[in-house]
Amino acid sequence: MTMKTVFEKTSGLTENQTHYCPGCTHGIIHRMVGEVLEEMGILEDTVGVASVGCSVLSYEYFNCDMTQAAHGRAPAVATGIKRVLPDRFVFTYQGDGDLASIGIAEAVHAAARGENITVIFVNNAIYGMTGGQMAPTTLIGQKTATTPFGRNASIQGLPIRVSEMLSTLDGTAYIERVSTHDVPNIIKAKKAIRKAFETQKQGLGFSMVEVLSSCPTNWGLDPNESLDWIKDNMVPAYPLGVYKEVPKGADR
Amino acid sequence: MGKVLMKGNEVIAEAAVHAGCKYFFGYPITPQSELVAYMARRLPEVGGLFLQAESEVAAINMVYGAAGTGVRVMTSSSSPGFSLKQEGISYLVGAELPALIVNVVRGGPGLGNIQPAQSDYFQVTKGGGHGDYHTPVLAPSTLQEIIDLTEAAFDIADQYRTPVILLGDGMLGQMMEPVEFKELSEREPVQKEWATTGTRGDGKPRIISSLELNADALEKKNELLQKKFAMIKQNEVRYETFEIEDADYIVTAYGTAARIAMNAINKARKDGLKIGMIRPITLWPFPEQPFIETRDRVKGYLSVEMSAGQMVEDVRLAVEGRAPVSFFGRTGGVVPTQEEIYDQIVKLAGGVEV
Repeated sequence: MTMKTVFEKTSGLTENQTHYCPGCTHGIIHRMVGEVLEEMGILEDTVGVASVGCSVLSYEYFNCDMTQAAHGRAPAVATGIKRVLPDRFVFTYQGDGDLASIGIAEAVHAAARGENITVIFVNNAIYGMTGGQMAPTTLIGQKTATTPFGRNASIQGLPIRVSEMLSTLDGTAYIERVSTHDVPNIIKAKKAIRKAFETQKQGLGFSMVEVLSSCPTNWGLDPNESLDWIKDNMVPAYPLGVYKEVPKGADR
Repeated sequence: MGKVLMKGNEVIAEAAVHAGCKYFFGYPITPQSELVAYMARRLPEVGGLFLQAESEVAAINMVYGAAGTGVRVMTSSSSPGFSLKQEGISYLVGAELPALIVNVVRGGPGLGNIQPAQSDYFQVTKGGGHGDYHTPVLAPSTLQEIIDLTEAAFDIADQYRTPVILLGDGMLGQMMEPVEFKELSEREPVQKEWATTGTRGDGKPRIISSLELNADALEKKNELLQKKFAMIKQNEVRYETFEIEDADYIVTAYGTAARIAMNAINKARKDGLKIGMIRPITLWPFPEQPFIETRDRVKGYLSVEMSAGQMVEDVRLAVEGRAPVSFFGRTGGVVPTQEEIYDQIVKLAGGVEV
């Protein structure tokens, strides 16, 4: 009796076991990016840029050429790669501390230049790798290692909505915010990631998918509670949807 | 091609183009801005790319990305901007990526001024960024020499997979001299198997990274880097000497300071003083050999610098206390005059017979 394979590991990821905490959605997001690269048949034409933070080792997991960038500098590194190799696919994989704090200038200017790269922006509203400190995306009232009494707008300022901000720039071609808190949203997230790489393929300019993600360890919640916390707290603060979409064939 | 009259900053840029560099990422800062502007004009003519970054930090990281694809790439800056590039330079060393970084030094610390200085010596020769490392540093003293050293810098960068620093100062950057370039020939790009260009049937993906979480593994990596630095020290030392064979005293200086000191030495020789000169061309690796060869027979050394005394420390290390080492320098962007240096030489030699 022969059995039909209905589901298998994507060739977009290596055989390495990831180091992510139980219940963290980085694994899901990695898998979606890997699947998109595989399905589009572009793995061998892709150079990824890993960031600093929880995803620092992502160069071990994506099955394509990878470069490790300094804190926040991934969009500048990606710019250097893409400008030399305009026919290759270049993406960065960055967390909120990396992209929205130390690397905000690099992200804004890569977007403003309309760099034809794709940014996967994983927003879990906290610094994960360094131990749960406040991120630019930490919610008002959210307790972290450096906001032990909850983020207070009068002291720590207000969260940055990266998708909204970057979509005001003329250089951005496609920006969507998605979430990983349930299956329908994960399916939408993968479509968005595919759309971002398609945008790059068409040479339309800067594309970014902001993915709301969980951090059970630093939020102090179990994996299921964490998914609920995304839905109940993050989604209202960071509304899902397409923030920018330049039509195919647009004069760029 | 014949001689052309050019500004130092533009000579560096054209020399880089001649060396096969087609990618430049930079940010304007005085007194090196002509280099950036020249590249913006010139690189499109040779099918290359110039991109003005949003900051020095972004520029050096664009260089990092481009270097990872295997091409010849460069950036340039001046002291405050060069400080900002240190983060990226440390990463380039850690990830073993070749690139050329030009520093046209100005007066500091802080914002300082825009006059020529040599006060970044420590920063360029002792690492500069975090971690145990050195980068080769080439310090031309004429615009013609810039042409040779720029090409050498790219070759060293490729050979050892390391960033290389070309160190000038505001005087060299801004002055004009006649220079002669060789014919521009199509260079075969150096093949770099490690470059991340997409696997394209090459099999296993390549990774460019400076991260090594395991302490033992990182120590091993550091040991390999140190071996590489030792090889560079062995193979890449460059210097020039002038009449050191019979010298009672030896003046040592690099770059612009060396040019001016040379005039003072010529005058001192005419006046009967036996003065020689050691001109380091590589500041790291520092040329210890001419000091070792002369230290037991000369009466002393004089290090002349446009700083408060930085290279003099390397001179003392090379001399190992076997002869007195004195220092003369001007700071803050003040360029020492030939007369000042001459007076120092005469003072050192105990006067001239009149």
